[in-house]
Amino acid sequence: MDLTIPALQRSANEMRIDIIRMLHAAGSGHPGGSLSLIDILTVVFLRYIKRTKENALDPDRHRLVLSKGHGVPALYAVLARCGVIPHEDLITLRQVGSYLQGHPHNGSFAPVEASTGSLGQGLSMAQGMAMAAKLDKKPYKVYCVMGDGETQEGQAWEALLSAPHHKLDNLIVILDYNKGQIDGPTNEILNLEPLGDKLRAFNWDVQEIDGHDLAAIDAAVARAQAENGQPHFIIANTIKGKGVSFMEHPTEWHGKAPNAAETEAAIKELEALLN
Amino acid sequence: MAKATRVSFGEELVELGATHPELVVFDADLSKSTQSQHFAAKYPERFFEMGIQEHNMIGAAAGMALSGKKPFICSFSTFVVGRFEVIRMSIGYSEANVTVVGTHCGVAIGEDGYSQMALEDIALMRTLPNMTIIQPADDREAKAAVRFLADHQNPAFLRLTRQGLEDLHGDDYEFRFGKADLLRDGSDAVIFATGGVVYNALKAAEELESEGLSIRVVNIHTIAPLDADFVVQCAKETGRVITVEDHSIVGGLGGAVAEVLGERQPTLMKRIGMTEYGRSGTPEDLYVHFGLDREGVKRQVAAFLKG
Ligand SMILES: Cc1ncc(C[n+]2csc(CCOP(=O)(O)OP(=O)(O)O)c2C)c(N)n1
Ligand SMILES: [Mg+2]
Repeated sequence: MDLTIPALQRSANEMRIDIIRMLHAAGSGHPGGSLSLIDILTVVFLRYIKRTKENALDPDRHRLVLSKGHGVPALYAVLARCGVIPHEDLITLRQVGSYLQGHPHNGSFAPVEASTGSLGQGLSMAQGMAMAAKLDKKPYKVYCVMGDGETQEGQAWEALLSAPHHKLDNLIVILDYNKGQIDGPTNEILNLEPLGDKLRAFNWDVQEIDGHDLAAIDAAVARAQAENGQPHFIIANTIKGKGVSFMEHPTEWHGKAPNAAETEAAIKELEALLN
Repeated sequence: MAKATRVSFGEELVELGATHPELVVFDADLSKSTQSQHFAAKYPERFFEMGIQEHNMIGAAAGMALSGKKPFICSFSTFVVGRFEVIRMSIGYSEANVTVVGTHCGVAIGEDGYSQMALEDIALMRTLPNMTIIQPADDREAKAAVRFLADHQNPAFLRLTRQGLEDLHGDDYEFRFGKADLLRDGSDAVIFATGGVVYNALKAAEELESEGLSIRVVNIHTIAPLDADFVVQCAKETGRVITVEDHSIVGGLGGAVAEVLGERQPTLMKRIGMTEYGRSGTPEDLYVHFGLDREGVKRQVAAFLKG
């Protein structure tokens, strides 16, 4: 697979098309937070986790917990790209017989690592995986992707306090900071700012990047490989609905599937990005 | 026309805003889904958007209640009742006059799957000795329940549906707190049903008439305190008891009825409801899959009575 930045960008946009198709076929789901997330997952899975069908359940694999579980179409799309999910299975998303649940369920499909969808819990599970790696002196990394609205949850702040205390420098959190939740823009509903300052005060190694600049994502994740006693937090500034002009809005496309005409319009825009 | 009980709730809450100045409403980033958005629009100074913080919402509402306000706190039932230990201390044990409004109950929410489905919420709330639990089965009953709860000086839990429900009651319907609601008489068995599946249970009973089975159907809107005397009476009169609910059969209506009958009127029972985790699918597919559609209820009731 060509892993140059332009090739990854193209892959990410192809996966955006997969996401739109899946959500349209399902007739429900979360486009905004899937589209804001896919660039991050593309870099992490293809360049760092290097997920393959063969290593998907290897005890020594790098792990990623999608704490904002409603972004799971992006996770399924990237796992299909890695060969873990047959591409034709993607459109079974959310159907009664499918293993592709509407939110990650490791009992239905183990490569999602953990069951999420109730916000605020994933970071604690990722922390535990990082602690297990330390206990067993294993070199694997644990990634956790969170939403900005999600970061309002109390449990998230328990983990944010706890992980630095346990010096989990094998833990890399990436915040999909798309500035929107359901009832409104995140800073109006419950402001997280000044977020970087809070996290630094909690003793995290903090970086802030443009979450749609694949080179910047790559550089930040590369830096976060350092094991110097601090867990890593990458604040990725993103746009909810990124890549489809009419979906780029902090709330409008949080939780509704595109109809046939919208699907066609979205795919047309995304295909234009491929050329 | 079919109407979701969360919609009925949202409409009635706005009405109550005018007559109940002490009424305050909280939500945790789901006001469009829970329908508290209408109250928020009309009474912004009495609406508190807490963000995605269910624990804190429960505690803050309890504090308001202990300071003389009447809070309704809204979220998907699984997220708010899921913070059970906070409810237990800050609302139940603190005797805080808070109504917990849990929407999106049961597998009938469909495609989002188990993480968003409340299947254990009744079971949890039933263990709190002072918790009122109401689950309405149609629009009229939902509105009446909301009106009742606005004046109810007690911790309470109101369980509401995402999906539309058919009307079961006419304009003359009178909601009687703590009293079972007899929908259909019958002598061979009694079905106690609650919430969104009452309609399917009623239709199943009607259709079983042609198979020679006379089945009584009782809507249990007040799960706590349960109308135990009427439950016992029905068991005595019919000799066979079935419960139907979109909830775990452990600790829900089935559990509540079994507890009463076990002590007062031991009767052979069939509990119809959830026995496993939920999953994704359309609401219709899931009801067929889990046997909660009309046919599924019919099949299980017939097998129980004829078996
Ligand atoms: C505990 C919990 N409360 C509420 C919800 C309902 N919910 C689903 S997504 C969402 C908004 C999430 O916002 P954010 O974390 O910013 O995600 P994104 O913008 O990336 O979609 C909410 C409130 C939930 N899934 N879990
Ligand atoms: Mg967001």
